[in-house]
Amino acid sequence: MASSGLELLWVSAPQLARGAWQTLSISASSIAFATLGGIAYGVLRQLGKRWLDVPLRIYLELFRAIPVLVWLYLLFFGLPIFTGLSLPSFWCAVLVLSLWGASEVGEVVRGGLQSLPRGQREAGLAIGLSAPQLYGQVLLPQALKRITPPTINVYTRIIKTSSLAVLIGVVEVIKVGQQIIERTYESLLIYGFLFLFFFLLCYPLSAASRVLERRWSHA
Amino acid sequence: MTALIELSSFSKRFGDTPVLNAVDLRVERGEVVVILGPSGCGKSTLLRCLNGLETGHAGKLHFAGRELNGKTDWRDVRQRIGMVFQSYHLFPHKTVLENLLLGPLRVQKRSFGEALAQAEALLERVGLLDKRDAYPRQLSGGQQQRIAILRALCMNPEVMLFDEVTAALDPEMVKEVLEVILDLAEGGMTMLIVTHEMAFARAVADRILFMDGGVIAEQNDPETFFSNPQTARAQQFLEKFSYVENMPKRKSP
Amino acid sequence: MTFDWHFVLATLPAFLKAVGVTLQVGAIAIASSLLVALVNSAILVLRAPLLRPLVKGYVELARNTPLLIQLFFIYFALPAAGIRLSGFASAIIAMTFLGGAYLTEVLRAGVEAVPRAQIESGLAIGLSRWQLLRHVILPQAGILSLPALFANFIFLLKETTVVSAVAVPEILYTTKSYIALYYKTYEMLAVMTALCVLLFLPLSLLLARLERRLQHGQFGA
Repeated sequence: MASSGLELLWVSAPQLARGAWQTLSISASSIAFATLGGIAYGVLRQLGKRWLDVPLRIYLELFRAIPVLVWLYLLFFGLPIFTGLSLPSFWCAVLVLSLWGASEVGEVVRGGLQSLPRGQREAGLAIGLSAPQLYGQVLLPQALKRITPPTINVYTRIIKTSSLAVLIGVVEVIKVGQQIIERTYESLLIYGFLFLFFFLLCYPLSAASRVLERRWSHA
Repeated sequence: MTALIELSSFSKRFGDTPVLNAVDLRVERGEVVVILGPSGCGKSTLLRCLNGLETGHAGKLHFAGRELNGKTDWRDVRQRIGMVFQSYHLFPHKTVLENLLLGPLRVQKRSFGEALAQAEALLERVGLLDKRDAYPRQLSGGQQQRIAILRALCMNPEVMLFDEVTAALDPEMVKEVLEVILDLAEGGMTMLIVTHEMAFARAVADRILFMDGGVIAEQNDPETFFSNPQTARAQQFLEKFSYVENMPKRKSP
Repeated sequence: MTFDWHFVLATLPAFLKAVGVTLQVGAIAIASSLLVALVNSAILVLRAPLLRPLVKGYVELARNTPLLIQLFFIYFALPAAGIRLSGFASAIIAMTFLGGAYLTEVLRAGVEAVPRAQIESGLAIGLSRWQLLRHVILPQAGILSLPALFANFIFLLKETTVVSAVAVPEILYTTKSYIALYYKTYEMLAVMTALCVLLFLPLSLLLARLERRLQHGQFGA
């Protein structure tokens, strides 16, 4: 049984690789956009301007209140209705994961900036730094250490949540697996493989996050 | 002659709590003004209003003839009014030299050679040139505070504000910081100093400002203020300090 | 674009039922996850020799794999091994598998967050290990864990939408079904969004208030 299982995986490898590539593409793109968006969100909310803060807060609460899967459906089924545009499911997934991920990374960035001593901001202002200089030269570099481990955890969650893309029809690794099962009925083997696939993607990240947190946690 | 700094009927409140109450003040170029007072009297807030970290809600503030208010470009003003904080707040992720050069290079866009020369000369003057590549956490509190003063000086300000800069230091390091400030005063820098160091205040000040409850309760030259305080509040305040200086020996059981 | 209110009203009873299913699945998942977490925490704190690495392995496995895969494994793969479970049962087991791991981490962090000084003071006045656990560590660990526990409860409740993938009739599945049957996509999506906001937004705001209260409460940091 084991040998035929491995044989099957070997034979299906090209297919599975294509599916895995889709999964990785969705995850990687979403992680990249979420990081950029999250830094922007965190900094903008720290500026303390009301006209920025209120819409950003609404954006945050919307992505907290509405589960990601619901957002996927809203975008996939709802966008054509409202705008007549229809986005391919791959990009729906990336868009939703990026926006959701940005809100999560954003809150981490905001918390990190908030936890810095207030005097750093004042000392920077006192020598005449502009806001971009203040954040770029003084605040963000210092916040980096406390931001990185939780942000890596968000990346892990983005990878896991990207699995939901199969439910709006993206042909990623789970879909490919299901196609193989339809032909061969080897459900235990394939789902076991998928279990291992995601575990091997996420575990190193979780472990890295823990190591960094321990190494960088000074008072 | 127009004063360098002028406050007219300047008031500030935090929410509903008044902190500064119609304060009038003139500071001439080259003057050293020391501000004394009990905690909560508004002395730190006064300083912070002068470089825009806080804004008043009434009255006027003039610097070098120009009015400063909510619409002012504070970046420009802050290059001309330097501030040193109680907790020094050096940038921990940058070396001493990087701390000193950040303002001159990034804000004032001066040439690297010129800025470096100035920074190193200043470091030499306080005897910390060998620490130029050290990080703040490798320095003592007194060393860090002296670097903080240099950081402000590197911007070539016209006024220096000192907010209780020795209050967080171990006693044996206070002297080295006060010496730097004295040196600056002798060089003719215009300064406003908030401090609890009475002997230092007496030595360095041209004028003593005593604040209480958000107003200037008494103003005088140091000799007169310390030996013959005019107001009851000032007398009470000074009495507390003389108690600590001349504490009676405890009675044996 | 007209909004078919009549249709929405007609489907309301079904949606109310769906909300009930969401809450039911959520509540059972939360309760059983908590149970699993308590057992795991006991094993971890008491340092049971063989079981401790097993618990740690379980937590790593459950936290580094998606709920969807866990769900599909139970529902689609186990039948090949002779274990055939309904959508509802698979959902509960999968969510308990995931939730148990998350809550175990929360409780573990709560115990670790009790300040060392507390343990030392307890020992200094002569408490035994059991008394220390019961009177000093557990009560404080409990309170310190509350915000994180509550946050995870909300998370589990929101994850119930995932189990729509195995035909459990919660709100997302119901929405999809009605869209497929009647093509009233716009109206059904609106209802679903409204339900999510009504259900989850108050919880999120409650959590924020709980966190703020505990900040100002007994524990400074």
